[in-house]
Amino acid sequence: MLSYILRRALYGVLILIGVNLFTFVLFFTVNTPDDMARLNIGGKRVTQEAIEKWKVERGYDKPLLYNARDDGLRALSNTIFFERSVQLFALRFGASDSGRDIGYEIRQRIGPSLAVALPTFALGVMATVCAALLMVFFRATYLDFWGVTLAVVMMSISSLFYIIVGQWTFSTLLRLVPISGFAGGWDLFKFLALPVVIGVVARLGYDALLYRTMFLEESGKDYVRTARAKGLSEQAVLFRHVLRNAALPILTSTVAVLPLLFLGSLIMESFFGIPGLGSYTIDAINAQDFAVVRAMVFLGSALYIVGLVLTDISYTVADPRIRLA
Amino acid sequence: MPKIVLLATDVALLVLLAGLAAYVWHVRRTPGLRATWRSVLRDAPAMSALVLLSVCLLIALLDSLHFRPLLPQAAGAANDAAAAYSTRSYSVLDQLLKRQLEGTEKTYSAPLAYRQFTKDSIEIDGRAARDYPRLVHGGAHLTDPERQWLADLVLRSAAGLAGGLLAGLSMALAVVALRARMLREDFSAAWRAVWRRETEVQWRAILFTAILLLGAFGWIAALWSVYHVLGTDRTGNDVLFQAIKSLRTAVVIGSLATLATLPFAIVFGILAGYFKGWVDDLIQYLYTVLSSIPSVLLIAACVLIIQVTIDKYPNLYETGLERADLRLLLLCVVLGVTGWATLCRLLRAETLKLTELDYVQAARAFGVSDLGIMQRHVLPNVMHVVLIVAVLDFSSLVLYEAVLSYVGVGVDPTTPSYGSMFNLARTEMSRDPTVWWNLVAAFGFMLTLVLSANLFAGAVREAFDPRARAFRPRRDQRQPGGARRHGSRETAIAPAGGAP
Repeated sequence: MLSYILRRALYGVLILIGVNLFTFVLFFTVNTPDDMARLNIGGKRVTQEAIEKWKVERGYDKPLLYNARDDGLRALSNTIFFERSVQLFALRFGASDSGRDIGYEIRQRIGPSLAVALPTFALGVMATVCAALLMVFFRATYLDFWGVTLAVVMMSISSLFYIIVGQWTFSTLLRLVPISGFAGGWDLFKFLALPVVIGVVARLGYDALLYRTMFLEESGKDYVRTARAKGLSEQAVLFRHVLRNAALPILTSTVAVLPLLFLGSLIMESFFGIPGLGSYTIDAINAQDFAVVRAMVFLGSALYIVGLVLTDISYTVADPRIRLA
Repeated sequence: MPKIVLLATDVALLVLLAGLAAYVWHVRRTPGLRATWRSVLRDAPAMSALVLLSVCLLIALLDSLHFRPLLPQAAGAANDAAAAYSTRSYSVLDQLLKRQLEGTEKTYSAPLAYRQFTKDSIEIDGRAARDYPRLVHGGAHLTDPERQWLADLVLRSAAGLAGGLLAGLSMALAVVALRARMLREDFSAAWRAVWRRETEVQWRAILFTAILLLGAFGWIAALWSVYHVLGTDRTGNDVLFQAIKSLRTAVVIGSLATLATLPFAIVFGILAGYFKGWVDDLIQYLYTVLSSIPSVLLIAACVLIIQVTIDKYPNLYETGLERADLRLLLLCVVLGVTGWATLCRLLRAETLKLTELDYVQAARAFGVSDLGIMQRHVLPNVMHVVLIVAVLDFSSLVLYEAVLSYVGVGVDPTTPSYGSMFNLARTEMSRDPTVWWNLVAAFGFMLTLVLSANLFAGAVREAFDPRARAFRPRRDQRQPGGARRHGSRETAIAPAGGAP
C-alpha cells in the first residue's frame, strides 16, 4: 500500500516536470520574452530599448538555458529556466510581471476562494444526490420523465445566464443580498449566499443526470434483485443497498476534485467580486501577466496530481474489494 | 461579378459538411449502421432537434459564403480601369438581411419600439427639447405612432403568423402526399400513419416542428421588415441580427473544435491500446500532463500566444474580418489540441478490449500487418465511441465559448458571439430601466441550439451505446410498432461497422 502510494506520488512528480517543461516551451521559446515585452508595453512602435528595459526590470534578460558568462553551477542557475521554472518546485513563484510577489498574493487569496468553493461543492453534492435519488425512486413515472427533461434543459443553459439573472433578481430587484463584494465575519454569509446557490444550481442538471445513471446502473445488478426478492421495501433497497454501493464512484470522483477547489471558480469570483484565486487569474489573463498565468498553471496541475493520488487512496479505503499492490 | 472570399473557417465548414454528406452516404450503404441510425430517426425529440439543428446549420452555411461586392466605377475613371472591390466582405446572409445589417439606430431601443430608449436633444416645433426621438428605421412607416402602433403590430403579427403556419401546413401536406405516392397508399392512410406515429421516421415530430418554425419565421419576417424585433444594442445594431450572426460562431466552434480533437484522440488512443508497453506509457503520460493543467488556463495561455503571433505576422490576413476569422480558427485548433485527452482515454480502453477478441487474434495469426489490423478491424469498431463523444462535445463546446469569451480568451471582440452578448448584458442588466433584450436574445438562441444538440446527442448515444438505453425515463411505452422496435434493438447491439 505504502509503496503503491509512493510510486503514484513519484509518477505525479514526473508529470509535474512534464507540465513544467511544457509551459516553459510555451512561454519562452514559442513566445520569446521580446514578444511578451512588446505585448505588455503595447502600442505600435516599440523601441528595442524599451523592450530591453522591460526585460531587465523583470529579470527576463538572462539566457534561456545556459549562461556562458558565469561559471560553475551559476552558469545553470543564473538563467530564465532555473529562476522561472525550476524554482516553482520549491513553491517559489517569484514576482509577477507587474512586480508583486505571487506567493504572497496566493496565500492571501486562497481563503476567500475556499470560502466560496467549499460550500458550493458540499451543498452541490448533497443536492445532486437528493435529486438523483428522487428520480431513481420514482423511476418510470412522470416525475422521472419530467425530472430528466428539466435536467436536460438546465444543463443546456449557460452558467453566465444563471449568474446574470440571479444577480439581477436577488440583488437588483429584490435587494436581498449585496450584488458583489466580500467581507469577513457575519457579513460573509450575506455575500456568499448568492454565489453558492447559483453555483449549485448551475451544475445541478448535468450532475443529477450523471448520478441518476450511476444509481440506475447499480440498481440493475443482481444483489438488488435479490434484495427485492427477499421482500425488502423499495426504500430499504434504495438507501441501504443501492446508495451505499453507488456512493463509491461518487466518493472517488469527488475526492479527485477536492484539491482543485483551492483554485476557486474563475467566473463566480469575477462576477461577485470575491478576491480569490479565480479572479486573480482572470485579472492576470486580462493584463497578459504571463508570470501569474504560469504560476497558476503549475499550482493547478500540482493540485490535480494530489487529487489523483487521493483518489487512489480513497478507493482502497472505501472499497474493501480493491487491494493495490 | 463580386470577388469571392474564402475564409479559413468557411473552407473548414464546407469540408465538414461534405464529410457529413459522405457519412450519410456511407450509412445508407452499410446495413448495420443503417439499423442503428434508424432508431435515432424513430426518436421524436431527436427528430425535432434535428430540424432545429439543420436550420442552424443552414444559417451558418449561408453566413459562411463570403464575397466582396464590386464597387461602382468612379465617375472620372478610365473605362479599362481595374475593377475595385469593397474592402468589406459580406456573406450571403448579410445580403439576404441587408436591411437589418444597414438599418442601424443611434443607440439602445426596446424590442418593437418606434422611439429610442434614451432621451436625446431633438427639435420640436423649432425649439430644442429633450425627449425620446423617433427611430430612423424602427416603425418609421407610422405617421401617428401613438395610435397606429398597436393595430399595426397586431395586424402584421396575424398576417405573418397565418402566412407562416399556412406555408408550414401546405409543406406538411405535400410531404404526406409524397409519402403516400412513394408507398402507393392513398392519402388518408398515409396521413393516419404519420399521425399515429406508425412511420419509420418520426414524421409527425418533424412536421410539427417545421410548422411551428415556419410560423415563427413568418411572424418575425412580417415584423422585422419595419421594426427591430429584439431591439437594438448600444451602438444601434439590430439584436436579432446579431444573434443570428452569432449562430455561425457557435456552430463553427462546436463542430471544428470537436473535429480538431479527433486526429489526436483516434491515433493516440488506438496506438496506446494496440501496442501497449512503452507506447502506452508514453501516451498515457502525455494525456495526463495535458489534463492536469486546468483547461481554462491552458487555453488562455495558448490564446495569449496566438495573439502575439497574429500581431507579429500582419501579412497573414488582408482585412479585419480575415484576422478575426484566423483567430476563430486558431481557437478551434487550440480547443482541439488541448481537449483530446478524454476521448483518447476512452478509445484506449476500447482498443484494449478489442485486441483481446478472437478476430483480431486471427488477423494477427494470418499475418495481417499492424497498420492493417488497426485500420480494418480496430478503427471501425471504435467509431461508435467517437461518434457519441463528438455529438456530446458539440453542445458543451458551444457553452464553453461563452465562458471563454467572458474570460477574454474567446473569439475576437469583433466576431459576433453569444459570449460577447452575455458580456454586454452584464452591464446592461444593472442599468435602470433594465436593458434586457440582449440577454434574452442570446439566451433564447443559445438554449435552442444547445438543447437540440443535447437531445440529438442523447438519442445518438442511446442508439450506439446499448447500455445507455436502460436509463431512459420510460413514458412512451404505448408506442405502436413495438415489435419492430425490438427487432431493431437486437441488430443495434451488434457493433457498428462491418469488420468482424
